[in-house]
Amino acid sequence: MNRFILPLSIFIVVVVFLGVGLRLNPREIPSPLVGKAAPDFSQPQLYDPANVFSPADLKGKVWLLNFWASWCSGCRTEHPVLMELAKSGEVPIYGMDYKDQRDEAMTWLRRWGNPYPVVGVDDAGRVGINYGVYGVPETYVIDKQGMIRYKQIGPLDPDTVAKKILPLVKQLESE
Amino acid sequence: MKWLMLIALLLSGPAWAGEARPLADDPVAEARLKHLAVELRCLVCQNQTLADSNAPLAEDLRREVREMIAKDMSDKEIIDFLVARYGDFVLYRPPLKATTTLLWVGPFVLLTVGATALVITLRRRAHKVVDVPVTDEEHRRVEQLLAEGGKRS
Repeated sequence: MNRFILPLSIFIVVVVFLGVGLRLNPREIPSPLVGKAAPDFSQPQLYDPANVFSPADLKGKVWLLNFWASWCSGCRTEHPVLMELAKSGEVPIYGMDYKDQRDEAMTWLRRWGNPYPVVGVDDAGRVGINYGVYGVPETYVIDKQGMIRYKQIGPLDPDTVAKKILPLVKQLESE
Repeated sequence: MKWLMLIALLLSGPAWAGEARPLADDPVAEARLKHLAVELRCLVCQNQTLADSNAPLAEDLRREVREMIAKDMSDKEIIDFLVARYGDFVLYRPPLKATTTLLWVGPFVLLTVGATALVITLRRRAHKVVDVPVTDEEHRRVEQLLAEGGKRS
């Protein structure tokens, strides 16, 4: 009996390690930007290229910045969630059209609906680099002082919105 | 015909081998880019370096690094720029910090544990082997048995 205890305990330790390893998502890299000032930008607007969209315009507001693209399939998955959130009026979602074609982006929004009051255009992906974007969709929660408080990597789902985004937005609104 | 096909196959090799093609003309800047890019991880295809990857983000990041080289920024400034945005994950050699201690020390800990276990097992085994005295009578019997065995085969 005794001689089985050591191999068995080693086996259990290995199983625990592998089990934890399987649950981790290697694609989710924690962002060093959470808790830091949201990088500034001024990008032309999708529907009004003569005007710029800049985070400075939104000082004093809690808002979401959503990087998306018409070529991105995850954005399509996420889209109904954004539409729902926009309709609820809890928090404004500003869009950043990431490395996309302007006409395709507009067609996409016409077809599936537009949850954004303003969409910025980041055709070279530079704003994305400053925000540490490495795969769209990515969504940032930005507070009244213009600080990034949360980063969602990959599509938002109703559960994340209800359990993370909305409570955080409420807390930031009261700050 | 066979030879021709073989030659064609051999020639086609280099066409698809090699790293993503550099774009700038300045060989000094390209050398610096290459030197930096092999130390940096592509965030899209995570087991490739920035030099190897053809992902659009890797292309953008190479462009960004190229521009920083053109602005005469030091290697440290360029790496700090990327770490500030993407975290230590962009580095192929993570820095030694409180959170990465296990990563750096772990293999040596495992090695020590393994070596200790090996030494203990070997010592225990050495204890188990005890000399058993053999009497003259037994010696004779062994020799007799061996001799018989030899005959039989």
